[in-house]
Amino acid sequence: MPTIEIRKVTKQFGAFTAVKDADLKVEAGEVVCLLGPSGCGKTTTLRMIAGLERATSGDVIIAGQRMNELTPQERDIAMVFQFYALYPALSVGQNIAMPLHYENLSKPESDARVMKVAQIMHLTEVLDRMPNQISEGEKQRLAVARAIVRDPNCFLFDEPLSRLDVELRHSMRGQIKEVLTGLSKATVIVTHDQLEALTMASRIAIMKDGVIEQVGTPHEVFAKPVNVFVASFIGTPQMNLVEADLQSFGGGNANVVLAGQPLSIAADPAVSRLKPSKVTVGIRPRAFTTAQEKADDTIAAQAELIEPMGAETLIHARTLSGGDIRVVVPRDKRVKVGEALHLKPDPRQTHFFGEDGKAVRT
Amino acid sequence: MAEHNSIWEALGFRKASGVGEAGWGRTLIVAIVSFIYFLPVLFIIFTAFKPQDAALSVPPTLSPTSLFGLIPGQFVFTPTLENFGSVFMRSMTAGGAPEPTGFDRYFFNSIVIASSSVLLALVIGTLAAFGFSRYPLKGNDTYLFIILTTRMLPAIVVIIPVILMFRVVGLSGSYTGIILLYTAFNLAFTIWMMKSFFDELSLDVEDAARIDGSSDTRVFFKIALPQVIAGLAATFVFGLILTWNEFLFALLLSGPDTRTVPVAMNQAVSSGGRGTDWTLLAAIETLFLIPVFLVTFFLQNHLLRGVTFGTVKR
Repeated sequence: MPTIEIRKVTKQFGAFTAVKDADLKVEAGEVVCLLGPSGCGKTTTLRMIAGLERATSGDVIIAGQRMNELTPQERDIAMVFQFYALYPALSVGQNIAMPLHYENLSKPESDARVMKVAQIMHLTEVLDRMPNQISEGEKQRLAVARAIVRDPNCFLFDEPLSRLDVELRHSMRGQIKEVLTGLSKATVIVTHDQLEALTMASRIAIMKDGVIEQVGTPHEVFAKPVNVFVASFIGTPQMNLVEADLQSFGGGNANVVLAGQPLSIAADPAVSRLKPSKVTVGIRPRAFTTAQEKADDTIAAQAELIEPMGAETLIHARTLSGGDIRVVVPRDKRVKVGEALHLKPDPRQTHFFGEDGKAVRT
Repeated sequence: MAEHNSIWEALGFRKASGVGEAGWGRTLIVAIVSFIYFLPVLFIIFTAFKPQDAALSVPPTLSPTSLFGLIPGQFVFTPTLENFGSVFMRSMTAGGAPEPTGFDRYFFNSIVIASSSVLLALVIGTLAAFGFSRYPLKGNDTYLFIILTTRMLPAIVVIIPVILMFRVVGLSGSYTGIILLYTAFNLAFTIWMMKSFFDELSLDVEDAARIDGSSDTRVFFKIALPQVIAGLAATFVFGLILTWNEFLFALLLSGPDTRTVPVAMNQAVSSGGRGTDWTLLAAIETLFLIPVFLVTFFLQNHLLRGVTFGTVKR
């Protein structure tokens, strides 16, 4: 089966380690997104899979075969580049036909294949034009068309949608997902846009500083981030990460002092193993219920900035100890600047991170 | 302030409201400067059509026509084609019968030597430039620097070892010798020019071609080369102009049969002990201009067109 696997792959540029001991397996028919901030090594990882960079150590295995020493053309892959990388001197049709060159197809056969993908990607009208004469969306579709014209082992996408405007990006996301579902190949997509990753991927690999921090389904990485970085990176608005003092654990509840206030909250049993110490409590902005009145186990804060986001409203509030806290409330809940809020976090969406930044979870 | 603006605007110095919209004032300035630039060339072309006496008259004659009486008669000359004839056939001694001057041969030599050496340099240089750009050696820049050193010295310095080398290997006076020498000289220029054009190209496009199954050779010919056509044209034209007009090497290294026009021109005007024959010189120069004129004119479109434009967003 055409799968992609990398084992303990490391890439060094001089003294700089771009990717460190990366492990990842992509099954046939699976779409894995490499997600991370700029410069985290995700494109380098992709280029090593493609054979455009040579891994310093570790194994790149495609379709069950170790391919470290093979050239890109020997690996039988298709890749869509961030800047499309269209062949400027060839027409749209010739661009699509380029990967067919080595299959030694007859002219009618090759034309038929080109026509077929041109229909899928809605490019039949512009086949005779040059790449500089077509629109941005068409360029993007052409880049995808060129990748799917062959029947490769796997697909690699490098930030495929980053150059499109919001609307086009939305529709292309759907189109690419549809095309990929039909092909059922192992696919790796590099992106820095978490929405892209969450919507397109079967699984997401989150990278930071050359290290893959967590691999999981979109649901897993959102609901069970393994560390502070993943917690802060996934989800908009960002998760609140508040320093707190863990004092004791009893009856399934963790007793902490958070923003200067005592708070007792149901926590994962694993938290009981922690000694009283500094912890980071992560609470999603949508996980608060707000009350006007002071109540037990709430965090008191004052609304400082109100950002209506359409269906919901984002409130930036300041706690008594001066920390920032983001709260998302439904649109119909009116909050005024300066208003006192008493925030009750939902225990199911509250995460405890130990001093090492790792999630404390069974 | 507003009035001031309008005066300038009246003269055509308005701010261009869009691309491609220079005012008449600016256009006029450019036209005048261009005319001054072109004046020496124009003067030579006119001189080529002048009778002997008109060429040396004081005040100089300036125009072949009186422009409907605008130019006073003393500045007007009657154009003649006689000078062009005497480029190829003229009497070599006073009162002697006209005999062939061999200039047809010299023109042929110039065309063969210049075009083949520039083309040869273009082929080798483009390949080398691609290599320097895409497969850098250890100390890449050092080699590029060394390549350029031959052009850092005045030709007169370089010529001495070259003459000695050519004597030893028997290349003096042969086509091969002079073509190889010009090729070597054009190479430095070609490599540097073409490398900068290759450096500008998007590497992603070439990576994409490799993933799509192209060999390095195919990447070069099918992907990279078509994108630098403008660069090839520019390099060819500049190289051609430099080689076409080269005098010193040609003087010292070409033989009687391989003489190029600049060398022959020098000998034609200074031989015979009759002083400089200005009209003959101007006629040779005018003919000499035509090939480079034509090549540059036809390659102009390529010089101006950038093929990569818009295909790779940065």
